[in-house]
Order: sequence, then structure tokens, then C-alpha cells
Amino acid sequence: MNIKFSIKTIISKLGPLLALLILCVILSIASDKFLSYSNFMNIIKQASINCFISAGMLVVLITAGIDLSVGFNCVLATCLMGVGMQAGITNPFILMAGAILVSVLIGYINGNLLTRLDLPHPFVSTLGMKFITWGIALYITSATPIGFKNQGVDSILFLGSKTIKGFPISFIAVIIAFIIMHIFLTKTKLGRQIYCVGGNPEAARLSGIDSKKVLRITYTITGLMCGIAGIILAGRVSTANANAGTTYDTDAIAACIIGGASFTGGKGTIWGTMIGALLIAVIRNGLNLLGAQTDIQYIIIGLVIIIAVLIDVTRGKAEARARKMAMIK
Amino acid sequence: MEYVVELKNVTKYFPGVIALNNMSIQIRPGEIHGLIGENGAGKSTLIKVLTGVYQLDEGKIYIDGTKRKFQRPNDAREAGISCVYQELNIVKLLSITDNIFMGRAIKSKFGLLDYDKMHHEARGAMAALGQDIDPKKICGNLGMGLQQMVEIGKAIHLKSKLIIMDEPTSSLGEKEVAQLMETIRKLKEKGVSILFVSHKLEELFELCDRVTVMRDGEHICTKDIEDLTNDTLIQAMVGRDLGNLFPKEYGEKREALLKVTNLKSIGVLNNVSFAAYGGEILGFAGLVGAGRTETMRAIFGADPIDGGEIYIKGKKVTNKSPKQAIKNGIAFLTEDRKGQGLILPQSIRNNLILANMNAFTKYGFLDKEMIEKRAKENVNSLRIKTPSIDEITGQLSGGNQQKVVIGKWANSDADIYIFDEPTRGIDVGAKIEVYNVMNMLVKAGKCVVMVSSELPEILGMSDRVIVMREGEIMAEIERDSGHFNQEDIMKAAWGGNLNEYKV
Repeated sequence: MNIKFSIKTIISKLGPLLALLILCVILSIASDKFLSYSNFMNIIKQASINCFISAGMLVVLITAGIDLSVGFNCVLATCLMGVGMQAGITNPFILMAGAILVSVLIGYINGNLLTRLDLPHPFVSTLGMKFITWGIALYITSATPIGFKNQGVDSILFLGSKTIKGFPISFIAVIIAFIIMHIFLTKTKLGRQIYCVGGNPEAARLSGIDSKKVLRITYTITGLMCGIAGIILAGRVSTANANAGTTYDTDAIAACIIGGASFTGGKGTIWGTMIGALLIAVIRNGLNLLGAQTDIQYIIIGLVIIIAVLIDVTRGKAEARARKMAMIK
Repeated sequence: MEYVVELKNVTKYFPGVIALNNMSIQIRPGEIHGLIGENGAGKSTLIKVLTGVYQLDEGKIYIDGTKRKFQRPNDAREAGISCVYQELNIVKLLSITDNIFMGRAIKSKFGLLDYDKMHHEARGAMAALGQDIDPKKICGNLGMGLQQMVEIGKAIHLKSKLIIMDEPTSSLGEKEVAQLMETIRKLKEKGVSILFVSHKLEELFELCDRVTVMRDGEHICTKDIEDLTNDTLIQAMVGRDLGNLFPKEYGEKREALLKVTNLKSIGVLNNVSFAAYGGEILGFAGLVGAGRTETMRAIFGADPIDGGEIYIKGKKVTNKSPKQAIKNGIAFLTEDRKGQGLILPQSIRNNLILANMNAFTKYGFLDKEMIEKRAKENVNSLRIKTPSIDEITGQLSGGNQQKVVIGKWANSDADIYIFDEPTRGIDVGAKIEVYNVMNMLVKAGKCVVMVSSELPEILGMSDRVIVMREGEIMAEIERDSGHFNQEDIMKAAWGGNLNEYKV
């Protein structure tokens, strides 16, 4: 029975991965351009930004929170580099460090709005922060996209544009970041505390966990992930466009939810999130190859999100039933 | 027609447990039938099977001698079974009429609600219970007793043959309890059967015609109340002779570990001063709302204070947060274990290390082996009934959950253990195990402060009792003094004067 169970758990854990594989098989049949090395590299290149933002979204979702400012936090980081470059700063490290610093600061402010000003739910405060960051990004760029190419700062584009034998550096960065996040979430005290705060903040507090501090750190981590995503964004599109991030927040939420996270908190893994992000990228890519427009893409992604949650709920029920049957025997 | 409702050989499975095992119960028309059993004995499951909330896996339900099948709560309701749950199903913002007609409002011929008729019928239903009350009143403004009456009124209006009452007196005052008993007897006269589920033996003896005892989801016995005594009931429930319910052992009184002077919280606590010593159990008695929990929360840093000083081992400390209090050697077992004590969706293992993660951490990383070892020790020594340390805490029974909370604090290596209502809602067997943990702590020279609303528990386990009333300490009574009895403690709790009045 034990062995059977572990197989079952593996299958249920790998559910999204299975969906991803099936989707790939279908798309390989539907389009002869899908199954190629260069196309796959294209997909993971496209998924990189969402992967980073999703990792940031995941940690706040685990605490039963949300961060709607992630998209424009990322875009603001890119725009800051663009404006900095225009102002004559050519040292790539200063540009990148500045961008990341501001993103981290925005995350930290989000955390403080929640824990020190006691705003009711981060949905509200981060929604406000979304518009603030968007506005600042538009203001500093005068709503005009800034090109990065041939300005003497090509090295900041390195992370988002360079490849090793076709394999994008940006996705190597994703893998490294995700391994670190995995260890952080599962093996460290702070990671465990993030899940605890998400599971029951009051019990965590009365057990001596500084819930508010944990939340502040969590939102700051989210900010950091957005900053890194901003650097990749700069490299990927070679421009700083203040209007680029309109779907980033919802894409990230979708990736996390497909990967098994929940709005009620306490749940979610980093690998599930990566699969969620890849799934979205594959759908976008496949539909592009099949000549579908953005409208169809949105509809399909919407359906996938609903189905993913549906599967998750059914899976929970099925597991309960399986345990019950196992006991009757 | 001998029985109005009969359950025959009913079995109900849940993941990991058999909640009902070949359970049978017969209820006669117009009888008050008591149902009693320890927590986790299967009473709630039985109720939910009877009300169609759960579908039974095996067995049969007969209503008035005919076999019935309940697929959903409505089936049971139509068959004439209603339930007044412990947590009332009242929509507080709506009127009595709205609550009584919930889901089956009367409509006039234009399809609008016919409130004249509904108010009239609602008034009638409440009058049948001896309650002359305007049905337009909003339920949330009524007392708990009246809200419960509205629920009963709803059952009456449904023409229920059997009304199940699940711990109906647990949130009522003395007067309201008397009124409820009166109402129940009235219903009995009208031929309505009552299934009265209660933990309070004296209520069963006062009210019931027959009593059924359950244990481990099984039927143990059904007897006329005349044939039962307190002892036989408890023995049937527990399944063994308990001997002493309070296995009090004595530690050696040492120096004062905790000293509190003039603790103040405006409107809540007024100059609370006391000392607690190593090797003793200090009981805190008083009525609900007397400020006992508030005192403990203030000491633990869970709530801010407006004045006063706290000394631990003679050293002055400020506990601005639970984190600081834990660092200063205090453990606080809260009264609400689900809301404040445990992270229910997480494993036993994670909950056990919650209060002292630092001790299980090396360079920021959790030490998996050490955690596993300690968690297994805890499960064994506290006799937590679970298949593994990775079981989700929310799946455990109340008593086992409480043991996890105790294990969590035992792992914190505190000197001062505050237990707030440590045995609330757990069964007799688990209670004794909790008392044994307290004994073990005082013998190790630790200091135990126990807040409890159960006077027998206070008298059974304390070395010394402090009685509080309206945020003040009223009396301090040593175990060997002449005032160490139920009457004097209650007197102090109600504001009476004892000779031995020292603060």
C-alpha cells in the first residue's frame, strides 16, 4: 500500500508537469515548427521573466497575501536603467544595482504598508503601488521608450539576451535562482516561518515568530525578484518601455496557481511554479506558431487557469476518497 | 410504531478512522434521550448522519418504522429531524421571522414575500415555546438563550418529530439553562422527541428519560436514567475504571520564578500582583471574563499593558512580544488551540518545533535529523495517536491536537508554563495525560500557572489558587487552608469576602 501511495503522490505532484508534456506532444503534432531546439530555447527565454516574477509572487501567496505591483515594479527597474543611462551613467553595475535597490525598496514598502500601517489586505495596498510604480515609470521616461542598443551599456543586456550554444543565460539564472529558492523555502528556518505565517499568523505570533517581520522580508524578496526580472527584461527587448508590464502580474499569479499555490496561503512549491510559468509560455508559443492571435491566447490561458484549479480541487477530493477506501480494506 | 427514529448498524468511514462502527440507537416518541461520550466518540458524526449532512456507508435509518435514505440535509428535514447545533445557525443580521423561514419563505400570489403571514406564524412558533416576542426583532440583538429559542422555534415550525440538541447549554447562563430545560419538557409533552447531547452529567440526570453511551464510534449501552449513576456513566464512557480523575502529585516549592506587580491594562486589568513559584501549580479561578486570560496574555506580551512590572527569577523584564516572553522562559498554552495554538494545515513535526525553531536550526538551516528525533520522542512520550509525525495536525482529534500544543511548549525549554484552559474540549483520558505533564513539570522544579473554569480541576490540581473578578485579584487560597473548597472560591469569584484576603 505504501508503495502504491507514493506512486499516487508522485503522479499528483507531477500533475502540472504531465499536463505540460501532453501539451508539448499535442503541439508537436499540430505544428512542425514546435519541436525544435531553437523553438524550445525560445520558449524558455520567453518564460524567464515570468519565472522570476512568479517566484516573487509565490512567496507572498504562501503567506496568504498577494503583490499586484510586481509587473510595474519590474518595468520600473528597467526604466530606471534606461533613464540612468540617458543621464550618462555607463557603469553597468551601478545601473543594475540601482535598479535592484529600488525594486527591493518597493517590496519593502509594500511589506511595511501591510505590517506597520495595518492596511487590511495587500490586494489594496499593492494595487495602489502598481499604479504608483507605473506612473513613476511613465514620468521618468516621459512615456517614451528608451533604446539600450549601442549606448555603451551593452553589458547590462547580457543577462537577458546572451546564450550559450543557444541556451539563454536568463534561464540559467532562473534555474540557479529557483534552486536557491527551493532550499530557502524548504530547508531554512525563515522559509519554514513563511509557510507558518501563511497557515496561521496568530498561532505563529504566539509561538514567538515575529509574523510582521517575516511578512516584511517576504515582500522584500518579491521586490528583489522583480528587480532581477527588470534586468532580464532590458536585455530581452533592448528597450525600457513603461507600458510593458500590463499582464505580468496576472501571468505570475496564473503560474503560481497552476503550480499548486493557493490564495488561502500555506501552499505552493517553487518547482510547481516553474512548470506553471513554462506551461503558459508553451501555450503562448504554440498558439503563435499555429497563427492564433492574442485574443485566442488569452481565452486559452484563462481556461487553463480554471482547469488547473479544478484539477487541484478534484485531486484533493480523490485523495480523501482513496484514503477512505484504503481503510475499509 | 415503537420508535420515531431508529439507526441500525450504522457505519461511517473517514480517512484514517472509523467514525461510527455498527452503531445503533432507538428513539421513542416523546422521550428525552441523552447521548454522551468522550470527544471523538462519534457523537458529532452520529448527529450529522441523522441530519443528512453525511451519508452513511453501511446500515439503515428508519423513520416511524419505514426505511429512509438521507442524501442531503433536506431529506432529513422533511423526515422530521432538526438539529440545534452548538454554534447556532442564526443569521444575526436578520429578523426572527427571516431566520425561521430561511430557505422556505411564504410568497403571496404576486410572488412577493408574504411577511404578514410569516410574522404571524413565527410569533406562533415562538409562543409555543413560551416566548412572547416580536418576530420582527433582529436576532443579533437577542441574548444567546433567545437565539437558541429561535433555532428551536424553526424546528417546531418545521413540525419536527425529533430535535437534536448538541451541547445546548454550553454557551448559556444559569437562568437561560433553566428556561431551556423548561422548554424541552414542554416539547416532550407535545410528543416531540429530543436527542440531548451533553457533557454535563447533572443535566442528563435532571432531564433525560434514557441515556445512550458511545465510545470509539460504537454503542456501549442504552439505559433508563434511574439505572445509572455518575460513576457508571463515566466508566461506560471511558471504558475503564479511572480511579482518580486528578492524579495530583506534589513538587518541592522553590524560589519565585515569576513575579508580577501592579499589572494594569485600562478597562481590563487593575493592579494585578502575584508570584508563582517553582515546583507548584498555581490555579487561576474566576468567572468567564474575570481577566484571567488577559493577565496571562499581558505577561506573555501578546497584548500591550498600561503599567506594572514583571520579574522573572528576580530580574525585571519587559515582554513586548511573545517572542521576547519565550526568550525570557515563558510558555503559554492558549485556550483556543485551533485559532492560536496550532498551524492546522501543517504536519505534527512542524508544529512541534514552532515555539523554538532556533534550537532546531544550524546556520539558518533546519536540522532535519534532530527535528525528526525530537518529534518522534514527543509523539511517544505524550502518546499522540497518529500514524506518523508527518500527519496533518488538522486531522487529529481535539485531545491529540492539544498534546501537540503541549509538545510544542515542552520543546521550548521554558521555566514558567502558563496553561490556559488546558483540558477544554478534550476527553477524560487525554485530560489525565495533560495533568501528568503538569506533574512532571512541577517535579522538575518548573512553575505551572493554570487558568481553568472547571472548579474540580482547579481544586484537584492546584497547590494554590488565585481568584479573579473583573480584572482584580479577589483572593489567594493555599491548598491547606480552610477556604480551599468550591463554595469559597465561588464566593470570591462573585465578589464575596473571605477572611483570608490578601493581595
